[in-house]
Amino acid sequence: MNERRTSYLDHAATTPMVPEAIAVMTEELARTGNASSLHAAGRAARRVVEESRELIAERFGARPSEVVFCSGGTEANNLAIKGLFWSRRGADARRDRVLFSSIEHHALLDPVTWLAAHEGARIDMTPVDRIGRVRVDALREAVERDPGDVAVVTTMWANNEMGTVQPVPEVVAIARDHGIPVHSDAVQAAGYLPLDFGASGLDAMTVTAHKLGGPVGVGALVVRREVEPVPLLHGGGQERDVRSGTIGVALIAAFAKAVEVTTDRQAATSARVEALRARLVDGIRRVVPDAIVNGDPEPGPDHRLPNIAHVTFPGCEGDAMLMLLDAQGVEVSTGSACAAGVPQPSHVLLAMGYDDAAARGSLRFSLGHTSTEADVDHVLEVLPAVHERARAASLVRSRS
Amino acid sequence: MNPGPDGGGLRLVAAMSGGVDSAVAAARAVEAGHDVTGVHLALSRNPRSYRSGARGCCSIEDAGDARRAADTLGIPFFVWDMSEEFADEVVDDFVTEYAAGRTPNPCLRCNEKIKFAAVLDRAVALGFDGVVTGHYAQVRDGAEGVELHRSRDAAKDQSYVLGVLTQDQLRRSHFPLGGSVKTDVRAEAAARGLQVATKPDSHDICFVADGDNAGWLAEKLGPRPGAIVDESGTVLREHDGAYAYTIGQRRGLRLGVPADDGRPRFVLDIEPVSGTVTVGPREHLLVDVLEGDRPLWCTAPPSGPLECTVQLRAHGAEHRARVTVDGGAVHVELHDPAEGIAPGQACVVYEGTRVVGSATITRTRRTAAA
Repeated sequence: MNERRTSYLDHAATTPMVPEAIAVMTEELARTGNASSLHAAGRAARRVVEESRELIAERFGARPSEVVFCSGGTEANNLAIKGLFWSRRGADARRDRVLFSSIEHHALLDPVTWLAAHEGARIDMTPVDRIGRVRVDALREAVERDPGDVAVVTTMWANNEMGTVQPVPEVVAIARDHGIPVHSDAVQAAGYLPLDFGASGLDAMTVTAHKLGGPVGVGALVVRREVEPVPLLHGGGQERDVRSGTIGVALIAAFAKAVEVTTDRQAATSARVEALRARLVDGIRRVVPDAIVNGDPEPGPDHRLPNIAHVTFPGCEGDAMLMLLDAQGVEVSTGSACAAGVPQPSHVLLAMGYDDAAARGSLRFSLGHTSTEADVDHVLEVLPAVHERARAASLVRSRS
Repeated sequence: MNPGPDGGGLRLVAAMSGGVDSAVAAARAVEAGHDVTGVHLALSRNPRSYRSGARGCCSIEDAGDARRAADTLGIPFFVWDMSEEFADEVVDDFVTEYAAGRTPNPCLRCNEKIKFAAVLDRAVALGFDGVVTGHYAQVRDGAEGVELHRSRDAAKDQSYVLGVLTQDQLRRSHFPLGGSVKTDVRAEAAARGLQVATKPDSHDICFVADGDNAGWLAEKLGPRPGAIVDESGTVLREHDGAYAYTIGQRRGLRLGVPADDGRPRFVLDIEPVSGTVTVGPREHLLVDVLEGDRPLWCTAPPSGPLECTVQLRAHGAEHRARVTVDGGAVHVELHDPAEGIAPGQACVVYEGTRVVGSATITRTRRTAAA
């Protein structure tokens, strides 16, 4: 039997932990101490947590007191969107409108629609253009229709399927004129783009460890002190009274180490994966001339993430290609969510104006810190046969 | 093409419902040395979250059970969305057939149009050699090609619902459980560490919730009032829809007054246009001639009159019969009368344990009164 060769191109789903973070985490796991305890073990744990908080704050342009640790991106988004909605409406009952973009992750979309279904929120979805960027004109119009009734505005920093970077500064500028808080889900951006929370003018920002070389199960809502989201979890009040639950010292220490290592190397990593992405995209176009690379074609931190290539293969089904690539040891994603285990057409592509067939016929290749030229060449080597088969299978289907 | 008992070496899709049979079938295919990919078919447009009643597939929980089994076997696993094909080919057909006063078998239809057609075609296009399922039936090489036979476990035999498969389909079909009995399959599942080992079997029609056929059809077809009459044409009462009745049915007729002779009455006939349901005594259910259409033959169609047996419903009895084929028309003479045979049901023709083919019953009659 040949050694099975695998190439992991799904770093946007989760990226391998950096060895430094694994080392810190295992070290901390071997140590006892509740960071809320008053004795020596507790104090030692507390010190690790606070040093981690300081490092993360420093790397993301925030103050330590602005970093609220939680379980990850989904919790941080829920806390931001529900917490800010409740606190803003609590202060003024007129503020019941939530403005969000059509390409948000489900961890944001679903809390928003939940607020509409259960809390009487009125929700206002901002459209995007053909490359998946929020239309600032539409957002301005939506805000200015009645700025006094807006509870919160949210726009992700970079989209998880396309990699398209969103016009966060423009969004902030529109909202700030009316004193409306702005949240941004920066989960995908944090590993590859420099984030400066203070300079951004944001009121709240979601980050998570496992997208940048840390462990699954820890993240943070970076949130300005003046903004007081209503808590989701009530209990010991460990995190600024905004989030309760025993503090995960080892997770947080590993999160901080991953942030440290990743931001230290960010410029170099981003340049390297951008070059790998170019190699991949050029190769795909050679093999499949009618393939369409979606999102912003322009590189750079104001345009798109360096590590994501989202490609539509006309006449193919993304899930058939995924299966065939997996059989060849190439691990990618369709980028879209599953409902009941059934792949759904990507809401992001649909929002960008693509039809159902195009939205089903797409794959997301996402690179990361461990990606190599050999990974990319592996994809390009197996792609011709995979593509041919997927196209044949899709013909069978449309015939039946 | 089909190495039978079992050289391995093929690329196969294992259709995994989430039940014990398909899990063990997949496990045996893996063990035989095939390259197996597990596939769960999403057949419902709005799957329920959890199992209910005797349904053993089609819920999200069942998809999860299938995934768990595939993970235990260490094989790739995917969900294929066949809900559109299933709605068009199976559910719509089921409703149309009932509306026309017939009694369809959706499992045969699903095997003919989905599992061994849409799924098999897709698998072949994707580079697979065939499909593995947990059906209790046997595929053997014979003189005229691949033959379909009854399973060793007579109580579990599912060759009836596979009687619609053609040579091309059978050649690519693998039924690793055909030589086993159910109790052994369960024991094997447990020995292999499959979590579904103790999961109950499914019985009802998978897309009809809680086995409430009449209620489900009422929702789809709406009220279609008609009369329940006796054989003299006397109206006994009105009903809300003839689709709630099946030939041979005794229970739930709610006729109020007993028959003159005090004996139980059964549904003898359903006339779809007027919605008239005729009831009468049990002996009038007996028929000995069946006409069928849409014949499908596993190998070559019988050339002359065939002395054989026929099975007329899933898990039903075998009847000795003489079958004559004239192109698309199939004429079946039963040696002994049988009761409760409804148009729409499949007549599956056997020679010994071998499935010859099948036809859909269009008409039944009695040659001479008893």
